Amino acid sequence: MSKDVLVVAEKRNGNLRNVSFEALAAAKKIADGGKVTAVLFGQGDHGDAEQLGHYGAAQVYLVTNEELNDFSIDAYTQAFTEVFNIVKPDAVLLGHTAMGRDLAPRAAARLGLGLVSDCTEINVQGDEVVFVRPIYAGKAFQKKKITNGIIFATIRSNNIDKGEPDTGRTAETIEHKAAITDIRTVIKDVVRKTAGTIDLTEAKIIVSGGRGVKSAEGFNPIHELAKALGAAVGASRAACDAGYCDYSMQVGQTGKVVTPDLYIACGISGAVQHLAGMSNSKIIVAINKDPEAPIFKVADYGIVGDLFEVVPMLTEEFNKVPV
Amino acid sequence: MKTLVLLKQTFDTEEKIVLKNGKVSEEGVKFVINPYDEYAVEEAVAIKEKHGGEVTVVTVGPPRAEAALRTALAMGADKAIIVDDETIFGDEYMISKVLAIVAKRDSYDLILGGYMAVDDGAAQVGPRLAEELGIVHISTITNLEVEDGKVRVEKDVEGDIEIIEAATPVLLTAQQGLNEPRYPSLPGIMKAKKKPIERIKAADLSLNIEEIHSKTEVSEQYLPLEKTAGKILQGELPEQVSELVESLRFEAKVVQ
Repeated sequence: MSKDVLVVAEKRNGNLRNVSFEALAAAKKIADGGKVTAVLFGQGDHGDAEQLGHYGAAQVYLVTNEELNDFSIDAYTQAFTEVFNIVKPDAVLLGHTAMGRDLAPRAAARLGLGLVSDCTEINVQGDEVVFVRPIYAGKAFQKKKITNGIIFATIRSNNIDKGEPDTGRTAETIEHKAAITDIRTVIKDVVRKTAGTIDLTEAKIIVSGGRGVKSAEGFNPIHELAKALGAAVGASRAACDAGYCDYSMQVGQTGKVVTPDLYIACGISGAVQHLAGMSNSKIIVAINKDPEAPIFKVADYGIVGDLFEVVPMLTEEFNKVPV
Repeated sequence: MKTLVLLKQTFDTEEKIVLKNGKVSEEGVKFVINPYDEYAVEEAVAIKEKHGGEVTVVTVGPPRAEAALRTALAMGADKAIIVDDETIFGDEYMISKVLAIVAKRDSYDLILGGYMAVDDGAAQVGPRLAEELGIVHISTITNLEVEDGKVRVEKDVEGDIEIIEAATPVLLTAQQGLNEPRYPSLPGIMKAKKKPIERIKAADLSLNIEEIHSKTEVSEQYLPLEKTAGKILQGELPEQVSELVESLRFEAKVVQ
């Protein structure tokens, strides 16, 4: 049976996020011929609507109100509920991002709905939609479905193929002014620590450092390699606990769970809780002095050696134009 | 300042997962306070030490979860509540409805919890509970200051920091980096033995189970395909490096 699906798209640093396109791809699958509507809160424009159309939205709501320019849970939950009541979807999808993680459960509670969060795969079996999601940070997986009411899920970045955009498609664009009252939080300041860096959870390539990096300065060669590859920089808990880097860089069961195309682990031994956070990456490279390090058990390619020797050589090699 | 801390007992993160009859086996597993909830306990105790007040920890779980409550009491929490009743061990929708009823029996200025649990990783209960209670929430906080009916927090937004203020009552969820949880001291452990743990069943909360029944269902759990070790490159280091780059470019095709 066809379903109407609502996708909450989002922008970061002025651009639509990949996970929004991935959510649209998932929405098309669930819709099974039904209507796919995307909604963008805050500073969405017609260029964004056009792009969302290329990835499968038949209809795009650009919802404005000055309270939506920055995220606040009160404003976004109100605006979402308003659009939800207009569109009356059979299913709702969001990215499992900072915004999605905040908005989806709150909105689900307000609407009295179940929610399946952080999904990595969606299977449509007849009328039933079955979600696959990691548990224990990917040490195991579960299949989960909504048994009662509207389908509601958040999806993890980098796991569902967004497909090729169809530039011939256009979406009907609807500008909507939301009514918003009583915001209970005030943003006093924003410290942008990520300007110019690539978000770990969306990165296609990640270069990570562990205890073997030995100091904060020891991360320099890691950053150089990341720069050569257009990669994000991650870290193990050992490196964060030792104060070599910020906790926001931590990959693992505590910290971020990542699934890039390429994960390069430098000086990381491979504790169980780190492996949980990265072992579902497509290709894993391990560089470690200790040939017995557990990280080699999950690595596709391993180099036994000193990272301070190997990593700069890799950077140099990647900087050469391929022949 | 009266604080309620939401706590879940989880597997230690160093535990591997074993399935038995399609279910995650608990045999021989070491249990801990969910690491994110541990930050919440520490923060609540630190606030009490600075501003006075009372800290209550609550969990929904089986009898083994009492050990986690005892640890929280040993860290400095004053009292604990466990809702130990299989009829309400449901999904996040159900658990947050139960917690809301427990929270409404008293009045709290502050509700703290981890932003997610390291087992299910759903990150739903905090925001859901705030909605059920009609209070605002701020998630993934890395710093908290409390003053006259107001909180000022630093919220981690995918690596950026937002400084946000809100009036109490408010629900806050902890991100890594909020604090360094203390180890319970020996006197703390001794004192904890005398602190009260209230054990509650669904009947004590006059719940209508049908009304709060789970809206999701797990149909299957499975382990990922075991990753096989790949190849350790051989030869002189420069050769290994160029072989690796070649392989990533032309074999794995993950780099241009």
